[in-house]
Amino acid sequence: MNTIFNFLVILLILLNFRLISSSRLTPCIHILIIQAIILSGVAWMTHHGHMSLHLYFMLAVNVLLKAVVLPWMLTRVVQKNIVARELDPFVGYTPSLIIGAVLLGVSVLISRPLSLSHTLVEDLFLPVSLFTLLSGLFMIIARKKAITQVLGYMVMENGIYTFGVAMAIHEPFIVELSVLLDVFVAVLIMGVAIFHISREFNHIDTDRLSLLRDL
Amino acid sequence: MIWALLILPASLGLFCLLSRSSSLCRYLLVISAFYHSAMVVFLAFHRELVPSSKWMGLDDAGFLFLCITSLLFSGAAIYTFGYLKAEGDSPIKDMEEHFFFKNSHNAVFVGCMLFFLATMTLVTVSQHLGLMWVAIEATTLSSAPLIYYHRHHRSLEAVWKYILICSVGIALAMLGNFFIVVAGTNIDGAGPLMALDDLLRHAPELNPAWMKAAFVLCLVGYGTKMGLAPMHNWLPDAHSEAPSSISALLSGALLNCAFLVLLRIHTVMIAAGLGDTSRMLFVLLGLVSLAFAAVFIIGQKDFKRMLAYSSVEHMGIIALGLGIGGMGITGGLFHAVNHSLIKGMLFMTAGNIMAAHHTKTIADVKGLIYTRPLTAMLWLAGGLAIVGMPPFGTFLSELTILGAMVDSGHFFVAGAYLLSLGIIFAAFTAKVMPMIFSPPLNPQQVSPGKKENSPQAEKEPLWSIAPLALFGLLSFVLGIYMPPWLSGLLDEISHSLGGQ
Repeated sequence: MNTIFNFLVILLILLNFRLISSSRLTPCIHILIIQAIILSGVAWMTHHGHMSLHLYFMLAVNVLLKAVVLPWMLTRVVQKNIVARELDPFVGYTPSLIIGAVLLGVSVLISRPLSLSHTLVEDLFLPVSLFTLLSGLFMIIARKKAITQVLGYMVMENGIYTFGVAMAIHEPFIVELSVLLDVFVAVLIMGVAIFHISREFNHIDTDRLSLLRDL
Repeated sequence: MIWALLILPASLGLFCLLSRSSSLCRYLLVISAFYHSAMVVFLAFHRELVPSSKWMGLDDAGFLFLCITSLLFSGAAIYTFGYLKAEGDSPIKDMEEHFFFKNSHNAVFVGCMLFFLATMTLVTVSQHLGLMWVAIEATTLSSAPLIYYHRHHRSLEAVWKYILICSVGIALAMLGNFFIVVAGTNIDGAGPLMALDDLLRHAPELNPAWMKAAFVLCLVGYGTKMGLAPMHNWLPDAHSEAPSSISALLSGALLNCAFLVLLRIHTVMIAAGLGDTSRMLFVLLGLVSLAFAAVFIIGQKDFKRMLAYSSVEHMGIIALGLGIGGMGITGGLFHAVNHSLIKGMLFMTAGNIMAAHHTKTIADVKGLIYTRPLTAMLWLAGGLAIVGMPPFGTFLSELTILGAMVDSGHFFVAGAYLLSLGIIFAAFTAKVMPMIFSPPLNPQQVSPGKKENSPQAEKEPLWSIAPLALFGLLSFVLGIYMPPWLSGLLDEISHSLGGQ
């Protein structure tokens, strides 16, 4: 069991590195799908043995939303805008990798004082969830295209979900479902906003959304 | 009872979205706003009838903010009723860059406004951290289409920043929620702790390290939504590009809702014996917000952005009041009430000025008292009130907070507070006064291109004056007479936070 856990965790780390070093958008979306599936698998394994109907349902909804519906929407946005890749980002891809390594170190450091002794799961989970969260944030900051920022937001969300899974946090059913719904609607609205941005500006580079400022 | 408050606006909102009829929606908006207010008034007299469950309930703090939200929404609904009628359906010329744009459909606008009301109500009545998170995120989502009412590139930019920054912030707050659950996992006999009651009951046993980390995450997350600097970047853009009644709601109601959530987490921190940490962080962010606001108000050229930065300032003052403790808590809460009233009034007055002068630039507005006397009076009264002149309520609340600082020996904080307030006072009045009293431009002086912008004296419609005057009057009354039920309510909340 532990071997599989560790394998999945390390896979998550590698996927994050792939995400922040990739300029092509379609592979990034595929990585998001893989992440969602791995996370659901991990969730299933943590609750193995005491699965209830409600947990199965939540997992199904989660996989459906994060691995099917949202990626499909994002793919459509990518195709409609004919943006295959993110050219000249604020931070280049080699520096991004180095920063990613630093972020990994930082997340290990942060998670040291926060002990997780009371859970079943390996200690690796907290650093990995923090690392996923930070790499999502990094993507939002360091990339120009609106679509990449949405991807970053979803990576962040995945990081937080990783943490929830690791801690075996059962939120009440309604809350869990509404959280998923909120995330879904957020990405939906962002997608609609991207459509409008590309129609209004003929591009989706957010660095040129700079009319409103004070300095 | 609570369900009626939530479901009615939400279902009417859905009905509006489906109906696609502009005029029907306008009436529905006003009707449901008044219905909501009537329900809140009824609840005020029958608080004991409200069943409190693990999920929802109506405690003192929630009730206070519910009242503010409902009152402000009613005013904004009347204003929006007239505003939507005046906007019409034809393309409109942009006042800054002179291109033509269309508005989004009124049915969508009204529907989202009603959803916005429902979600804000949900924030005030929820007693469960998870539910609160959901509600706050839902306020972001339902208000995003409102900011993008004018379909042009500036509002699009504003709405993009709004969704992205707030969603990222709120995502961090969710991690904070998880940390709170982890802080409570080792306690025997308690499941996952997320309901406020349970958390408060088991507070002394919560793990302090996790609680502190959780509080920092929640403060950053909900602080983004509340507009505390340095997470306030979305705020000036969204407030300046949204229609004025929406800016009023964002500033007067939405920021308060985020503050309410922080207040609730603060109660848990106090009960867990970590009150000093959270108080220190509140003071820190409060001072930073005041400093940011002071700097940006000085150089501001756009009056709606100026009001937005003033919101950052006032959120900073409220956070300071909460952080100082003692009488400061009462002062901070009272300040939240006053700020909502006055900022609601000011933003909608700004809408009137924009309608008359077709500009948001401070320097282009002159002689308001000659062209639009009633609006000018409101702008003057609001301007004086927002900088804390007596006899308005803001003076009283700012003085109370100052008193609390001096009492508790925070002289450095008091000094910084007074300095920023002084700077803002000077900058704000120096910008507001010329708009009102300087002589209006003669037709000969106006360049030909700008001729259409020079306003003629016109009758001001009732919808654009009455709700604003009511807000101003209420704040004026609160400055000289504090109704006993309000002071009772404030004292109760303050006691629950360890104040006096």
